[in-house]
Amino acid sequence: MSVRAGAERRPSRGILSWAGYVPHYRLDRQAIAAVAGSGGGTGTRSVASYDEDAVTLGVAAARLALAGAPAQPRELWFATTDPPYLDRTNATAVHAALRLDRTVAAYDAVGSVRSAAGALRAATRAPGPVLVVGADLRGGLPGGPDEAAGGDGAAALLVGSEADAPVVAEVLATASVTEEFLDRWRLPGEPASRLWEERFGETHYGALGAEALKLALDKAGAAPEQVRYLVVAGLHGRAVHSVAAASGLAAERIADRMEQAIGNAGAAQPGLLLAATLERLGSEPPGQLVVLLVLADGADAFVLRTTGALAGHRPARPVAAQVSAGGPVGYGTYLAWRGLLPVEPPRRPRPARPSSSAASRNRAWKFGLVGSRGEDGLVRMPPSPLDTAVVPMADAAGTIVTFTVDRLAYSPSPPVVFAVVDFDGGGRLPVELTDVRADEVRIGDRVELTFRRLSTAEGIRNYFWKARPAWKED
Amino acid sequence: MGSHGIRDRVAIVGMGCTRFGERWDCGVDELLLEATGEAFESAGLAKDDVDAYWLGTAQSGMSGMTLSRPLRLRDRPVTRVENYCATGSEALRQAAYAVASGAYDVAMAVGVEKVKDSGYQGLNSFPIPGDGTQRTLTAAAMFSMVAPAYGRRYGVSDEEMRLVLARIAAKNHANGARNPRAQFRKEMSVERLCAMPAVAGGLSVFDCAGVADGAAAAIVVRAEDARRYTERPLLIKALSFVAGDGSGLMDPAYDYTTFPEVAASARDAYAQAGVTAPAEELAMAEVHDCFTPAELVLMEDLGFAERGSAWKQVLAGSYDLDGALPVNPDGGLKSFGHPVGASGLRMMFEAWLQLRGEAPPERRISPGIRSLALTQNLGGYPGEMVSFVSILGLA
Repeated sequence: MSVRAGAERRPSRGILSWAGYVPHYRLDRQAIAAVAGSGGGTGTRSVASYDEDAVTLGVAAARLALAGAPAQPRELWFATTDPPYLDRTNATAVHAALRLDRTVAAYDAVGSVRSAAGALRAATRAPGPVLVVGADLRGGLPGGPDEAAGGDGAAALLVGSEADAPVVAEVLATASVTEEFLDRWRLPGEPASRLWEERFGETHYGALGAEALKLALDKAGAAPEQVRYLVVAGLHGRAVHSVAAASGLAAERIADRMEQAIGNAGAAQPGLLLAATLERLGSEPPGQLVVLLVLADGADAFVLRTTGALAGHRPARPVAAQVSAGGPVGYGTYLAWRGLLPVEPPRRPRPARPSSSAASRNRAWKFGLVGSRGEDGLVRMPPSPLDTAVVPMADAAGTIVTFTVDRLAYSPSPPVVFAVVDFDGGGRLPVELTDVRADEVRIGDRVELTFRRLSTAEGIRNYFWKARPAWKED
Repeated sequence: MGSHGIRDRVAIVGMGCTRFGERWDCGVDELLLEATGEAFESAGLAKDDVDAYWLGTAQSGMSGMTLSRPLRLRDRPVTRVENYCATGSEALRQAAYAVASGAYDVAMAVGVEKVKDSGYQGLNSFPIPGDGTQRTLTAAAMFSMVAPAYGRRYGVSDEEMRLVLARIAAKNHANGARNPRAQFRKEMSVERLCAMPAVAGGLSVFDCAGVADGAAAAIVVRAEDARRYTERPLLIKALSFVAGDGSGLMDPAYDYTTFPEVAASARDAYAQAGVTAPAEELAMAEVHDCFTPAELVLMEDLGFAERGSAWKQVLAGSYDLDGALPVNPDGGLKSFGHPVGASGLRMMFEAWLQLRGEAPPERRISPGIRSLALTQNLGGYPGEMVSFVSILGLA
């Protein structure tokens, strides 16, 4: 394949590692109209659990991307349209949960899907390894098209150069076209976007997508017919479809957007679709061209070419496997989780807000789940100031020793399922379970740890760890 | 170094205990006045005759002034103590040691809790600012994990365990029905108890202690002075207290079938009192039946039954009012109710009534030649608890 390197390209910079994260729950779109009177459709969409938000979704994807990764990031970019906080950085919680060194820079890129494209573009130009995390919870008002079309999920791409680690997909060229026009907007705090007439956006995106695609391919010196997969992302469903169709590429070269199974995960969608595409290309010969085209307030195009290192990169948890896993959530529960259906809270005192100073002191424990080991050999969680050895526990696998279902305790989504977990290699933690049905937990079940939001009080998101059923490889 | 105790050096010479329950009409002040008033009267003393006071309350007031203000005590030392649900016992322990030291002639221990003003069912702890990683599970759920663990270890099926726990609750309900001061005065059949819906693990609401308002008080003096106040003083044979290090929550060796803190405090108490065969020597025991599985495990930790056998003893009625060793003849936390700061002293109040032959005939035990009573009071959860054991006896 004759592909000329673009002038802006640095040699051998590209994707070092990647992961997608699809939350456990699926909403059957057919359940929507029965309640909302309209909307819905066919298939399912992914739903973040009540204890997940953009930060925890992002942590989940980033942990998978860094599991066994050959390089550690020197920068972290966190993109979402649904930031838990404004005025303070959300990426710092991701940074803490990943136990990144304090000299690793962490920044938010929040507000629009374009933020995710911008973060990825910045990563292709940075000096060292950069972890680009996109995470989103997408929805709309009950019965509306955004509710059914949206999805929740996250993706993490570790971008770096051959000097850092083997590059599995080189970035050959990027192109960005920016244009001011109003297609979709949402006011801070509102649950749903407002939209201009659909045809207006479709027309604009059609031109922008074609322009960016051509610019990027020209820079890469590639012809459209050399593209193995065109990945088109963006919140304008019709525009995404028509830009892909207008590319002239055969349908099998247009990457599946997983709309039937999980929906459109907003700022996570570009990374999630790219991750799934790279996973599909692992079994193909190197040198495959992939174009990622993001339609968001303009258009961003990334031309990538797979390398021989791709075949050796086994993703810890393939996107396709996650998409086909999961369990159902009822529409009423979904609405309650999203705050769109106020349900009677448990008649128990709500949890107090966590202390900022205590959380800061104990951040290695609270965010990183770092325990300690004493001279007596006992692993202590939380860590003891009398111990000197630190023991990171977040990646430990464990077994349920005993458990209980608490129908009295306060929870944003009762009942609380709680287990005593003993970890391989030592350590015991009495810990809340999540992504489980109370009636399916058994003693002896294997669990893994997951970063979640325990509660929210006075606007403070109380992040900590829970346990969930261990991932089973097929 | 050692734990020597104060065997036979201090005596209880007066006690009082309010009715426990939903005392919507009473505040902390009224409850304190009611319990202390009865204690003063039973010892024939006035408030100014008491040299020092210890007030136990978990979260119904702070400082000794919670007591000195309503009683209008002047120029007296009043100390507020707190030790989870063993708070009332801790107050008595401090008062007894103060008298034994010679610092005071007469001391009073008072325990009180006003829990029913919170607006919520159950006990709710005062939030201490923290990093947000602390467990928020209910005590019922924490104790519920004992039942399946015990069942697995000793081969007791879920159905058998349900029956054992219901049997414990039924006994305590039957005893409480014969106690005019108890919160719940209704007998409950084993069949009805088994049919209750689970709220925490396998436990129903009827496996949980009643949450009540109430207060109790005791007056202690040196043993040699005791007969100035009463013909039948209750001698303190042993006071033991153990605060666990919480390692049960972190140590995979802990299996939820025992409370090691209780076993340790029992060993210490028996050594202080010279008791070698508790099941044969004790006339009765008041134990911390906050949840039915707790009473089951306590029978073994206190040495009343061999490991793995208490469930059979429960089914055999060994701890019934007319059993070999009556346990919780006053109805226990289960039926008497659990005003946290008062419960430890309430247990001693039953020993006071029973050993002195003053319990109402319908629930009076027949101790024969046995003259010792044990009270066991704990706070916290399986794996992380404080435990108190006292042994009291007639002179």
